[in-house]
Amino acid sequence: MSEHILNICYLVASVTFILGLKMLSNPASARKGNLVAAGGMSIAIFATIFLYRNAETGEHLHNFGWIFCGLIIGGIAGTLAAKKVKMTAMPEMVSLFNGMGGACAALISLVEFNHLSKELALNPGSEFIASSQSTVLIIVLGLIIGSVSFAGSMIAWGKLNGKIKDFSFTGQNVLNLVFLLVALVLGAYLVTNPLHANFIYIIFILALLYGVLFVMPIGGADMPVVISLLNSFTGVAAAFGGFLYNNKVMLTGGILVGAAGTLLTILMCKAMNRSLKNVLVGSFGGNKNAVATGAGAQGNYKEITLSDAAMLMSYANKVMIVPGYGLAVAQAQHTCHELEKILAEKGVEVKYAIHPVAGRMPGHMNVLLAEADVNYEKLEEMEQANDEFKTTDVVLILGANDVVNPAAKTDPASPIYGMPILEVEQAKTIIVNKRSMKPGYAGIENNLFFQPKTSMLFGDAKKVLQDLCTEIKTV
Amino acid sequence: MDKILEFISANQQMIYIVILMIFVGIEVIGRVPSVLHTPLMSGANAIHGVVIIGAIIVMGKAEADNYLALILGFLAVVLGTLNVVGGFVVTDRMLEMFKKKK
Repeated sequence: MSEHILNICYLVASVTFILGLKMLSNPASARKGNLVAAGGMSIAIFATIFLYRNAETGEHLHNFGWIFCGLIIGGIAGTLAAKKVKMTAMPEMVSLFNGMGGACAALISLVEFNHLSKELALNPGSEFIASSQSTVLIIVLGLIIGSVSFAGSMIAWGKLNGKIKDFSFTGQNVLNLVFLLVALVLGAYLVTNPLHANFIYIIFILALLYGVLFVMPIGGADMPVVISLLNSFTGVAAAFGGFLYNNKVMLTGGILVGAAGTLLTILMCKAMNRSLKNVLVGSFGGNKNAVATGAGAQGNYKEITLSDAAMLMSYANKVMIVPGYGLAVAQAQHTCHELEKILAEKGVEVKYAIHPVAGRMPGHMNVLLAEADVNYEKLEEMEQANDEFKTTDVVLILGANDVVNPAAKTDPASPIYGMPILEVEQAKTIIVNKRSMKPGYAGIENNLFFQPKTSMLFGDAKKVLQDLCTEIKTV
Repeated sequence: MDKILEFISANQQMIYIVILMIFVGIEVIGRVPSVLHTPLMSGANAIHGVVIIGAIIVMGKAEADNYLALILGFLAVVLGTLNVVGGFVVTDRMLEMFKKKK
Protein backbone atom coordinates (compact mmCIF):
# COMPACT_ATOMS: atom_id res chain seq x y z
CA MET A 1 0.00 0.00 0.00
CA SER A 2 2.63 2.50 1.11
CA GLU A 3 4.60 1.76 -2.04
CA HIS A 4 1.67 2.84 -4.20
CA ILE A 5 1.26 6.07 -2.26
CA LEU A 6 4.98 6.74 -2.68
CA ASN A 7 4.71 6.26 -6.43
CA ILE A 8 1.77 8.64 -6.62
CA CYS A 9 3.69 11.22 -4.59
CA TYR A 10 6.57 10.92 -7.04
CA LEU A 11 4.18 11.34 -9.93
CA VAL A 12 2.70 14.47 -8.37
CA ALA A 13 6.19 15.86 -7.71
CA SER A 14 7.28 15.21 -11.32
CA VAL A 15 4.24 17.07 -12.62
CA THR A 16 4.89 20.02 -10.30
CA PHE A 17 8.47 20.24 -11.61
CA ILE A 18 7.28 20.47 -15.20
CA LEU A 19 4.50 22.88 -14.30
CA GLY A 20 6.82 24.95 -12.10
CA LEU A 21 9.40 25.29 -14.85
CA LYS A 22 6.69 26.23 -17.33
CA MET A 23 5.31 28.91 -15.00
CA LEU A 24 8.83 30.17 -14.29
CA SER A 25 9.24 31.14 -17.92
CA ASN A 26 6.43 33.71 -17.77
CA PRO A 27 6.82 36.90 -15.68
CA ALA A 28 3.23 36.86 -14.42
CA SER A 29 3.26 33.33 -13.04
CA ALA A 30 6.95 32.91 -12.22
CA ARG A 31 6.73 33.28 -8.47
CA LYS A 32 3.83 30.88 -8.16
CA GLY A 33 5.73 28.43 -10.36
CA ASN A 34 8.64 28.44 -7.96
CA LEU A 35 6.31 27.71 -5.05
CA VAL A 36 4.58 24.91 -6.96
CA ALA A 37 7.92 23.21 -7.64
CA ALA A 38 8.99 23.73 -4.01
CA GLY A 39 5.75 22.13 -2.82
CA GLY A 40 6.29 19.14 -5.09
CA MET A 41 9.83 18.78 -3.80
CA SER A 42 8.63 18.73 -0.17
CA ILE A 43 6.09 16.03 -0.99
CA ALA A 44 8.78 13.93 -2.68
CA ILE A 45 11.22 14.36 0.22
CA PHE A 46 8.80 13.46 3.02
CA ALA A 47 7.19 10.63 1.06
CA THR A 48 10.68 9.15 0.56
CA ILE A 49 11.55 9.40 4.24
CA PHE A 50 8.40 7.70 5.50
CA LEU A 51 7.25 5.46 2.67
CA TYR A 52 10.38 4.23 0.89
CA ARG A 53 11.11 0.52 1.13
CA ASN A 54 14.32 -1.17 0.10
CA ALA A 55 13.55 -3.11 -3.07
CA GLU A 56 15.55 -6.21 -1.99
CA THR A 57 14.86 -6.48 1.72
CA GLY A 58 11.55 -4.62 1.93
CA GLU A 59 12.82 -2.66 4.91
CA HIS A 60 11.79 0.90 5.66
CA LEU A 61 14.51 3.49 5.93
CA HIS A 62 16.16 3.99 9.29
CA ASN A 63 18.64 6.55 10.75
CA PHE A 64 15.79 9.08 10.99
CA GLY A 65 17.82 11.07 13.51
CA TRP A 66 20.63 11.57 11.03
CA ILE A 67 18.27 12.38 8.17
CA PHE A 68 16.28 15.01 10.05
CA CYS A 69 19.41 16.46 11.56
CA GLY A 70 20.84 16.86 8.04
CA LEU A 71 17.61 18.34 6.72
CA ILE A 72 17.42 20.84 9.55
CA ILE A 73 21.08 21.92 9.31
CA GLY A 74 20.93 22.21 5.52
CA GLY A 75 17.54 23.91 5.65
CA ILE A 76 18.56 26.56 8.15
CA ALA A 77 21.94 27.22 6.52
CA GLY A 78 20.34 27.39 3.07
CA THR A 79 17.57 29.76 4.14
CA LEU A 80 19.96 32.05 6.00
CA ALA A 81 22.44 32.16 3.13
CA ALA A 82 19.70 32.82 0.59
CA LYS A 83 18.04 35.53 2.71
CA LYS A 84 21.23 37.32 3.68
CA VAL A 85 22.88 37.46 0.29
CA LYS A 86 22.89 40.86 -1.40
CA MET A 87 21.12 41.20 -4.75
CA THR A 88 24.48 41.81 -6.40
CA ALA A 89 25.82 38.49 -5.15
CA MET A 90 22.89 36.36 -6.41
CA PRO A 91 24.84 34.79 -9.28
CA GLU A 92 27.52 33.55 -6.89
CA MET A 93 24.86 32.10 -4.62
CA VAL A 94 23.25 30.15 -7.45
CA SER A 95 26.65 28.78 -8.38
CA LEU A 96 27.35 27.77 -4.78
CA PHE A 97 24.02 25.97 -4.41
CA ASN A 98 24.59 24.26 -7.73
CA GLY A 99 27.94 23.01 -6.49
CA MET A 100 26.26 21.57 -3.37
CA GLY A 101 23.91 19.56 -5.59
CA GLY A 102 26.84 18.26 -7.61
CA ALA A 103 28.72 17.27 -4.45
CA CYS A 104 25.60 15.52 -3.17
CA ALA A 105 25.40 13.44 -6.36
CA ALA A 106 29.11 12.58 -6.15
CA LEU A 107 28.82 11.51 -2.51
CA ILE A 108 25.84 9.27 -3.28
CA SER A 109 27.93 7.55 -5.94
CA LEU A 110 30.85 7.06 -3.54
CA VAL A 111 28.70 5.53 -0.82
CA GLU A 112 26.80 3.29 -3.22
CA PHE A 113 30.03 2.05 -4.75
CA ASN A 114 31.47 1.39 -1.36
CA HIS A 115 28.35 -0.62 -0.49
CA LEU A 116 28.46 -2.55 -3.76
CA SER A 117 32.15 -3.34 -3.52
CA LYS A 118 31.62 -4.83 -0.08
CA GLU A 119 28.99 -7.15 -1.49
CA LEU A 120 31.28 -8.01 -4.37
CA ALA A 121 34.11 -8.84 -1.98
CA LEU A 122 31.85 -11.27 -0.12
CA ASN A 123 30.55 -12.85 -3.27
CA PRO A 124 33.14 -12.47 -6.03
CA GLY A 125 31.46 -14.87 -8.43
CA SER A 126 31.60 -13.88 -12.10
CA GLU A 127 27.83 -14.00 -12.39
CA PHE A 128 27.30 -11.45 -9.66
CA ILE A 129 30.00 -9.25 -11.14
CA ALA A 130 28.35 -9.36 -14.53
CA SER A 131 24.98 -8.45 -13.06
CA SER A 132 26.37 -5.41 -11.25
CA GLN A 133 28.27 -3.95 -14.18
CA SER A 134 25.49 -1.66 -15.33
CA THR A 135 25.15 -0.37 -11.77
CA VAL A 136 28.88 0.38 -11.67
CA LEU A 137 28.61 2.22 -14.97
CA ILE A 138 25.82 4.41 -13.61
CA ILE A 139 27.71 5.06 -10.39
CA VAL A 140 30.90 6.04 -12.23
CA LEU A 141 29.12 8.39 -14.62
CA GLY A 142 27.17 10.01 -11.79
CA LEU A 143 30.40 10.44 -9.85
CA ILE A 144 32.29 12.05 -12.72
CA ILE A 145 29.53 14.48 -13.69
CA GLY A 146 28.70 15.35 -10.09
CA SER A 147 32.35 16.02 -9.21
CA VAL A 148 32.98 18.15 -12.30
CA SER A 149 29.88 20.16 -11.50
CA PHE A 150 30.92 20.59 -7.87
CA ALA A 151 34.52 21.62 -8.54
CA GLY A 152 33.55 23.83 -11.48
CA SER A 153 30.82 25.60 -9.52
CA MET A 154 33.17 26.30 -6.64
CA ILE A 155 35.67 27.91 -9.01
CA ALA A 156 32.90 29.91 -10.71
CA TRP A 157 31.74 31.03 -7.27
CA GLY A 158 35.25 32.12 -6.32
CA LYS A 159 35.69 33.97 -9.60
CA LEU A 160 32.45 35.88 -9.33
CA ASN A 161 33.22 37.16 -5.86
CA GLY A 162 36.75 37.99 -6.90
CA LYS A 163 38.59 35.45 -4.73
CA ILE A 164 39.98 33.54 -7.70
CA LYS A 165 41.69 35.18 -10.63
CA ASP A 166 41.74 33.96 -14.22
CA PHE A 167 44.48 31.46 -14.65
CA SER A 168 45.66 29.60 -17.72
CA PHE A 169 48.83 28.14 -19.12
CA THR A 170 49.81 26.80 -22.51
CA GLY A 171 48.60 23.31 -23.12
CA GLN A 172 45.92 23.61 -20.49
CA ASN A 173 43.22 22.42 -22.85
CA VAL A 174 45.27 19.35 -23.67
CA LEU A 175 45.94 18.61 -20.01
CA ASN A 176 42.22 19.01 -19.28
CA LEU A 177 41.33 16.49 -21.94
CA VAL A 178 43.94 14.11 -20.59
CA PHE A 179 42.43 14.26 -17.11
CA LEU A 180 38.96 13.62 -18.48
CA LEU A 181 40.10 10.81 -20.74
CA VAL A 182 42.06 9.09 -17.97
CA ALA A 183 39.03 9.36 -15.68
CA LEU A 184 36.82 7.84 -18.37
CA VAL A 185 39.28 5.05 -19.20
CA LEU A 186 39.67 4.18 -15.52
CA GLY A 187 35.89 4.26 -15.25
CA ALA A 188 35.53 1.86 -18.16
CA TYR A 189 38.13 -0.41 -16.59
CA LEU A 190 36.27 -0.32 -13.31
CA VAL A 191 33.06 -1.33 -15.05
CA THR A 192 34.74 -4.44 -16.47
CA ASN A 193 36.66 -5.18 -13.25
CA PRO A 194 34.55 -3.83 -10.39
CA LEU A 195 36.82 -5.52 -7.83
CA HIS A 196 39.48 -2.80 -8.09
CA ALA A 197 37.52 -0.70 -5.64
CA ASN A 198 40.20 1.94 -5.00
CA PHE A 199 40.02 3.14 -8.57
CA ILE A 200 36.84 4.99 -7.69
CA TYR A 201 38.81 7.45 -5.57
CA ILE A 202 41.30 8.12 -8.36
CA ILE A 203 38.40 8.78 -10.72
CA PHE A 204 36.86 11.09 -8.12
CA ILE A 205 40.07 13.13 -7.79
CA LEU A 206 40.63 13.30 -11.56
CA ALA A 207 37.06 14.52 -12.09
CA LEU A 208 37.53 17.21 -9.45
CA LEU A 209 40.77 18.34 -11.11
CA TYR A 210 39.06 18.42 -14.47
CA GLY A 211 36.27 20.57 -13.03
CA VAL A 212 38.76 23.06 -11.60
CA LEU A 213 40.89 23.33 -14.74
CA PHE A 214 37.84 23.46 -17.00
CA VAL A 215 36.49 26.65 -15.42
CA MET A 216 39.82 28.25 -14.44
CA PRO A 217 40.72 29.86 -17.79
CA ILE A 218 37.21 31.11 -18.61
CA GLY A 219 36.82 34.86 -18.07
CA GLY A 220 34.50 36.22 -15.42
CA ALA A 221 32.19 37.80 -17.98
CA ASP A 222 31.32 34.34 -19.26
CA MET A 223 30.62 32.87 -15.82
CA PRO A 224 26.82 33.01 -16.20
CA VAL A 225 27.05 30.73 -19.21
CA VAL A 226 29.36 28.37 -17.34
CA ILE A 227 27.07 28.29 -14.31
CA SER A 228 24.11 27.52 -16.52
CA LEU A 229 26.06 24.71 -18.16
CA LEU A 230 27.16 23.26 -14.82
CA ASN A 231 23.56 23.58 -13.69
CA SER A 232 22.48 21.24 -16.45
CA PHE A 233 25.41 18.90 -15.56
CA THR A 234 24.10 18.60 -12.03
CA GLY A 235 20.69 17.83 -13.49
CA VAL A 236 22.18 14.95 -15.44
CA ALA A 237 24.05 13.74 -12.34
CA ALA A 238 20.74 13.70 -10.45
CA ALA A 239 19.21 11.71 -13.30
CA PHE A 240 21.92 9.05 -12.92
CA GLY A 241 20.81 8.81 -9.32
CA GLY A 242 17.35 8.14 -10.71
CA PHE A 243 18.70 5.26 -12.77
CA LEU A 244 20.58 3.92 -9.78
CA TYR A 245 17.54 3.74 -7.50
CA ASN A 246 15.03 3.20 -10.28
CA ASN A 247 13.53 6.40 -8.97
CA LYS A 248 11.28 8.20 -11.45
CA VAL A 249 11.13 11.57 -9.77
CA MET A 250 14.91 11.92 -9.66
CA LEU A 251 15.06 10.93 -13.28
CA THR A 252 12.30 13.33 -14.33
CA GLY A 253 13.65 16.28 -12.35
CA GLY A 254 17.23 15.63 -13.38
CA ILE A 255 16.66 15.23 -17.10
CA LEU A 256 14.21 18.13 -17.14
CA VAL A 257 16.85 20.44 -15.70
CA GLY A 258 19.54 18.88 -17.89
CA ALA A 259 17.56 19.66 -21.05
CA ALA A 260 16.20 23.04 -19.98
CA GLY A 261 19.62 24.05 -18.62
CA THR A 262 21.33 23.17 -21.88
CA LEU A 263 18.81 25.19 -23.87
CA LEU A 264 19.15 28.10 -21.44
CA THR A 265 22.93 27.97 -21.85
CA ILE A 266 22.54 28.18 -25.62
CA LEU A 267 20.05 31.06 -25.30
CA MET A 268 22.51 32.94 -23.12
CA CYS A 269 25.30 32.41 -25.63
CA LYS A 270 23.01 33.69 -28.37
CA ALA A 271 22.32 36.85 -26.37
CA MET A 272 26.06 37.51 -26.53
CA ASN A 273 26.30 36.35 -30.13
CA ARG A 274 28.88 33.72 -29.31
CA SER A 275 28.94 29.97 -29.64
CA LEU A 276 29.24 27.71 -26.65
CA LYS A 277 32.49 26.33 -28.00
CA ASN A 278 33.88 29.83 -28.25
CA VAL A 279 33.00 30.49 -24.62
CA LEU A 280 34.55 27.26 -23.39
CA VAL A 281 37.72 27.14 -25.44
CA GLY A 282 38.60 30.73 -26.33
CA SER A 283 39.47 32.17 -22.95
CA PHE A 284 37.63 35.46 -23.07
CA GLY A 285 39.23 38.40 -21.32
CA GLY A 286 42.59 36.68 -21.26
CA ASN A 287 43.51 38.31 -24.54
CA LYS A 288 45.35 41.40 -23.33
CA ASN A 289 47.42 41.96 -26.49
CA ALA A 290 44.55 43.39 -28.50
CA VAL A 291 44.00 45.92 -25.75
CA ALA A 292 47.48 47.34 -25.88
CA THR A 293 47.43 47.89 -29.63
CA GLY A 294 44.03 49.58 -29.64
CA ALA A 295 44.61 51.92 -26.74
CA GLY A 296 47.34 54.16 -28.14
CA ALA A 297 45.48 56.18 -30.75
CA GLN A 298 42.56 57.25 -28.65
CA GLY A 299 43.68 60.49 -27.12
CA ASN A 300 41.93 62.20 -24.26
CA TYR A 301 38.61 62.01 -22.56
CA LYS A 302 36.79 64.94 -21.04
CA GLU A 303 35.07 65.23 -17.70
CA ILE A 304 31.80 66.93 -16.97
CA THR A 305 30.81 68.65 -13.72
CA LEU A 306 27.76 67.60 -11.78
CA SER A 307 25.92 70.86 -12.39
CA ASP A 308 26.57 70.72 -16.13
CA ALA A 309 25.32 67.15 -16.25
CA ALA A 310 22.24 68.13 -14.25
CA MET A 311 21.57 71.04 -16.58
CA LEU A 312 21.97 68.89 -19.65
CA MET A 313 19.52 66.30 -18.40
CA SER A 314 16.93 68.75 -17.09
CA TYR A 315 16.58 70.43 -20.46
CA ALA A 316 16.62 67.25 -22.50
CA ASN A 317 13.51 65.86 -24.15
CA LYS A 318 14.50 62.27 -23.77
CA VAL A 319 17.03 60.61 -21.47
CA MET A 320 17.99 56.96 -21.72
CA ILE A 321 19.66 55.33 -18.74
CA VAL A 322 22.00 52.41 -19.41
CA PRO A 323 22.58 50.52 -16.18
CA GLY A 324 25.50 48.13 -15.70
CA TYR A 325 27.34 46.28 -13.00
CA GLY A 326 28.51 49.58 -11.47
CA LEU A 327 24.91 50.33 -10.53
CA ALA A 328 24.57 46.94 -8.89
CA VAL A 329 27.79 47.27 -6.92
CA ALA A 330 26.85 50.70 -5.62
CA GLN A 331 23.31 49.48 -4.78
CA ALA A 332 22.15 52.60 -6.54
CA GLN A 333 18.93 51.26 -8.02
CA HIS A 334 16.68 53.23 -5.65
CA THR A 335 18.55 56.47 -6.22
CA CYS A 336 18.35 55.78 -9.92
CA HIS A 337 14.57 55.48 -9.69
CA GLU A 338 14.56 58.72 -7.69
CA LEU A 339 16.43 60.50 -10.49
CA GLU A 340 13.99 59.10 -13.02
CA LYS A 341 11.03 60.49 -11.06
CA ILE A 342 12.59 63.95 -10.62
CA LEU A 343 13.34 64.15 -14.33
CA ALA A 344 9.85 62.96 -15.21
CA GLU A 345 8.37 65.74 -13.06
CA LYS A 346 10.33 68.20 -15.18
CA GLY A 347 8.71 66.73 -18.28
CA VAL A 348 11.71 64.71 -19.44
CA GLU A 349 10.96 61.34 -20.96
CA VAL A 350 13.13 58.79 -19.16
CA LYS A 351 13.67 55.19 -20.21
CA TYR A 352 16.08 52.43 -19.40
CA ALA A 353 18.04 50.54 -22.05
CA ILE A 354 18.72 47.03 -20.85
CA HIS A 355 21.38 44.94 -22.51
CA PRO A 356 20.56 41.24 -22.12
CA VAL A 357 23.88 40.51 -20.43
CA ALA A 358 24.41 43.76 -18.53
CA GLY A 359 25.67 43.06 -15.02
CA ARG A 360 26.89 39.62 -14.17
CA MET A 361 23.92 37.62 -15.37
CA PRO A 362 21.22 37.88 -17.99
CA GLY A 363 18.29 39.68 -16.42
CA HIS A 364 20.44 40.99 -13.56
CA MET A 365 19.49 44.61 -14.28
CA ASN A 366 15.79 43.86 -14.61
CA VAL A 367 15.80 42.24 -11.20
CA LEU A 368 17.64 45.17 -9.62
CA LEU A 369 15.43 47.84 -11.14
CA ALA A 370 12.31 45.88 -10.33
CA GLU A 371 13.50 45.87 -6.73
CA ALA A 372 13.51 49.66 -6.83
CA ASP A 373 9.91 49.70 -8.14
CA VAL A 374 10.88 50.93 -11.58
CA ASN A 375 7.92 50.53 -13.91
CA TYR A 376 8.35 47.41 -16.03
CA GLU A 377 7.26 49.30 -19.16
CA LYS A 378 10.13 51.76 -18.88
CA LEU A 379 12.66 49.00 -19.48
CA GLU A 380 13.55 48.74 -23.15
CA GLU A 381 15.20 45.63 -24.52
CA MET A 382 18.22 46.01 -26.75
CA GLU A 383 16.53 46.14 -30.17
CA GLN A 384 13.92 48.71 -29.14
CA ALA A 385 16.50 50.75 -27.29
CA ASN A 386 18.76 50.86 -30.32
CA ASP A 387 15.89 52.33 -32.35
CA GLU A 388 15.33 54.99 -29.72
CA PHE A 389 18.90 56.21 -29.28
CA LYS A 390 18.63 58.25 -32.50
CA THR A 391 16.00 60.48 -30.91
CA THR A 392 17.65 60.60 -27.50
CA ASP A 393 19.27 63.76 -26.18
CA VAL A 394 21.23 62.36 -23.27
CA VAL A 395 22.35 58.83 -22.59
CA LEU A 396 23.41 58.27 -18.99
CA ILE A 397 25.61 55.20 -18.63
CA LEU A 398 25.81 53.94 -15.06
CA GLY A 399 28.73 51.59 -14.62
CA ALA A 400 28.19 49.74 -17.88
CA ASN A 401 31.16 49.27 -20.16
CA ASP A 402 31.48 46.22 -22.38
CA VAL A 403 27.83 46.29 -23.43
CA VAL A 404 28.30 49.75 -24.98
CA ASN A 405 31.77 49.18 -26.41
CA PRO A 406 31.71 50.00 -30.14
CA ALA A 407 34.72 47.71 -30.63
CA ALA A 408 32.21 44.86 -30.69
CA LYS A 409 31.02 46.21 -34.02
CA THR A 410 34.10 47.76 -35.52
CA ASP A 411 37.20 45.92 -34.35
CA PRO A 412 37.47 42.31 -35.54
CA ALA A 413 40.52 41.83 -33.30
CA SER A 414 38.56 42.59 -30.16
CA PRO A 415 37.64 39.63 -27.99
CA ILE A 416 34.04 40.83 -27.84
CA TYR A 417 33.78 41.34 -31.60
CA GLY A 418 30.34 40.28 -32.82
CA MET A 419 28.53 40.75 -29.53
CA PRO A 420 25.43 42.89 -30.09
CA ILE A 421 25.73 46.15 -28.15
CA LEU A 422 23.64 49.14 -27.19
CA GLU A 423 24.45 51.67 -29.89
CA VAL A 424 24.58 54.68 -27.60
CA GLU A 425 26.81 56.70 -29.91
CA GLN A 426 23.72 57.52 -31.99
CA ALA A 427 22.44 59.81 -29.23
CA LYS A 428 23.30 63.50 -29.07
CA THR A 429 25.32 63.40 -25.85
CA ILE A 430 26.61 60.62 -23.70
CA ILE A 431 27.43 60.90 -20.02
CA VAL A 432 29.38 58.01 -18.59
CA ASN A 433 29.47 57.40 -14.86
CA LYS A 434 32.34 55.14 -13.80
CA ARG A 435 34.54 54.93 -10.78
CA SER A 436 37.74 55.32 -12.81
CA MET A 437 39.10 54.86 -16.31
CA LYS A 438 39.87 51.21 -15.59
CA PRO A 439 38.63 48.86 -18.33
CA GLY A 440 35.47 46.83 -17.72
CA TYR A 441 35.02 43.26 -16.71
CA ALA A 442 36.23 41.80 -19.99
CA GLY A 443 39.43 43.82 -19.59
CA ILE A 444 39.05 45.73 -22.85
CA GLU A 445 39.61 49.42 -23.44
CA ASN A 446 36.47 51.28 -24.57
CA ASN A 447 36.67 53.66 -27.50
CA LEU A 448 33.39 55.28 -26.63
CA PHE A 449 34.89 57.17 -23.70
CA PHE A 450 37.28 59.05 -25.97
CA GLN A 451 34.68 60.31 -28.43
CA PRO A 452 33.91 64.03 -28.56
CA LYS A 453 30.24 63.38 -27.72
CA THR A 454 31.13 61.59 -24.53
CA SER A 455 31.83 63.13 -21.16
CA MET A 456 32.90 61.30 -18.05
CA LEU A 457 31.37 61.72 -14.61
CA PHE A 458 33.61 59.88 -12.18
CA GLY A 459 32.51 58.52 -8.82
CA ASP A 460 30.46 55.88 -7.08
CA ALA A 461 27.12 55.49 -8.89
CA LYS A 462 24.99 56.02 -5.80
CA LYS A 463 26.85 59.13 -4.65
CA VAL A 464 26.81 60.64 -8.13
CA LEU A 465 23.11 59.95 -8.58
CA GLN A 466 22.26 61.47 -5.21
CA ASP A 467 24.20 64.62 -6.08
CA LEU A 468 22.58 64.72 -9.51
CA CYS A 469 19.13 64.55 -7.89
CA THR A 470 19.93 67.49 -5.63
CA GLU A 471 21.38 69.50 -8.51
CA ILE A 472 18.44 68.83 -10.82
CA LYS A 473 15.97 69.89 -8.12
CA THR A 474 17.66 73.30 -7.97
CA VAL A 475 17.77 73.82 -11.75
CA MET B 1 26.47 -6.03 -27.68
CA ASP B 2 24.01 -8.41 -26.05
CA LYS B 3 24.55 -6.60 -22.78
CA ILE B 4 23.71 -3.23 -24.23
CA LEU B 5 20.50 -4.54 -25.78
CA GLU B 6 19.65 -6.25 -22.55
CA PHE B 7 20.27 -3.04 -20.61
CA ILE B 8 18.06 -1.06 -22.95
CA SER B 9 15.14 -3.41 -22.78
CA ALA B 10 15.49 -3.84 -19.01
CA ASN B 11 15.39 -0.09 -18.53
CA GLN B 12 12.94 0.63 -21.31
CA GLN B 13 10.59 2.66 -19.14
CA MET B 14 13.40 4.83 -17.81
CA ILE B 15 14.73 5.47 -21.29
CA TYR B 16 11.28 6.54 -22.44
CA ILE B 17 11.17 9.01 -19.56
CA VAL B 18 14.61 10.37 -20.45
CA ILE B 19 13.68 10.99 -24.07
CA LEU B 20 10.31 12.54 -23.29
CA MET B 21 11.75 14.74 -20.56
CA ILE B 22 14.42 16.08 -22.90
CA PHE B 23 11.67 17.31 -25.20
CA VAL B 24 9.53 18.63 -22.34
CA GLY B 25 12.51 20.49 -20.86
CA ILE B 26 13.30 22.17 -24.15
CA GLU B 27 9.68 22.90 -24.99
CA VAL B 28 8.75 24.29 -21.61
CA ILE B 29 11.33 27.09 -21.55
CA GLY B 30 11.56 27.59 -25.31
CA ARG B 31 10.21 31.13 -25.31
CA VAL B 32 11.47 32.60 -22.09
CA PRO B 33 12.15 36.38 -22.17
CA SER B 34 15.73 37.27 -21.26
CA VAL B 35 14.42 39.08 -18.17
CA LEU B 36 13.72 35.71 -16.64
CA HIS B 37 16.96 33.93 -17.54
CA THR B 38 18.45 34.36 -14.09
CA PRO B 39 15.39 33.36 -12.02
CA LEU B 40 14.76 30.45 -14.38
CA MET B 41 18.31 29.20 -14.01
CA SER B 42 17.98 29.54 -10.26
CA GLY B 43 14.65 27.71 -10.27
CA ALA B 44 16.06 24.89 -12.38
CA ASN B 45 18.98 24.80 -9.96
CA ALA B 46 16.57 24.19 -7.10
CA ILE B 47 14.72 21.47 -9.02
CA HIS B 48 17.84 19.40 -9.64
CA GLY B 49 18.15 19.41 -5.87
CA VAL B 50 15.84 16.41 -6.21
CA VAL B 51 19.13 14.52 -5.89
CA ILE B 52 18.44 14.91 -2.14
CA ILE B 53 16.11 11.91 -2.44
CA GLY B 54 19.10 9.76 -3.37
CA ALA B 55 20.95 11.15 -0.36
CA ILE B 56 18.04 10.30 1.94
CA ILE B 57 17.92 6.75 0.58
CA VAL B 58 21.70 6.34 1.06
CA MET B 59 21.45 7.69 4.59
CA GLY B 60 18.42 5.61 5.47
CA LYS B 61 19.99 2.40 4.25
CA ALA B 62 23.37 2.87 5.95
CA GLU B 63 24.17 0.22 8.55
CA ALA B 64 24.84 1.56 12.03
CA ASP B 65 28.47 0.35 11.98
CA ASN B 66 29.38 1.66 8.54
CA TYR B 67 30.85 5.01 9.51
CA LEU B 68 32.00 5.92 6.01
CA ALA B 69 28.46 5.56 4.68
CA LEU B 70 26.98 7.36 7.67
CA ILE B 71 29.30 10.35 7.44
CA LEU B 72 29.24 10.70 3.66
CA GLY B 73 25.49 10.08 3.59
CA PHE B 74 24.92 12.71 6.25
CA LEU B 75 27.07 15.17 4.34
CA ALA B 76 25.10 14.39 1.19
CA VAL B 77 21.80 15.07 2.97
CA VAL B 78 23.08 18.42 4.28
CA LEU B 79 24.46 19.50 0.90
CA GLY B 80 21.35 18.33 -0.96
CA THR B 81 19.08 20.24 1.43
CA LEU B 82 21.23 23.34 0.97
CA ASN B 83 20.71 23.02 -2.77
CA VAL B 84 16.94 22.57 -2.50
CA VAL B 85 16.10 25.07 0.24
CA GLY B 86 18.66 27.69 -0.76
CA GLY B 87 17.70 27.35 -4.41
CA PHE B 88 13.99 27.87 -3.87
CA VAL B 89 14.45 30.71 -1.38
CA VAL B 90 16.88 32.60 -3.64
CA THR B 91 14.55 32.18 -6.60
CA ASP B 92 11.63 33.44 -4.55
CA ARG B 93 13.63 36.47 -3.46
CA MET B 94 14.47 37.31 -7.05
CA LEU B 95 10.88 36.91 -8.19
CA GLU B 96 9.48 38.85 -5.27
CA MET B 97 10.80 41.92 -7.02
CA PHE B 98 8.74 41.29 -10.10
CA LYS B 99 5.51 41.59 -8.17
CA LYS B 100 2.88 43.79 -9.74
CA LYS B 101 2.45 47.19 -8.20
CA LYS B 102 -0.84 48.84 -7.18
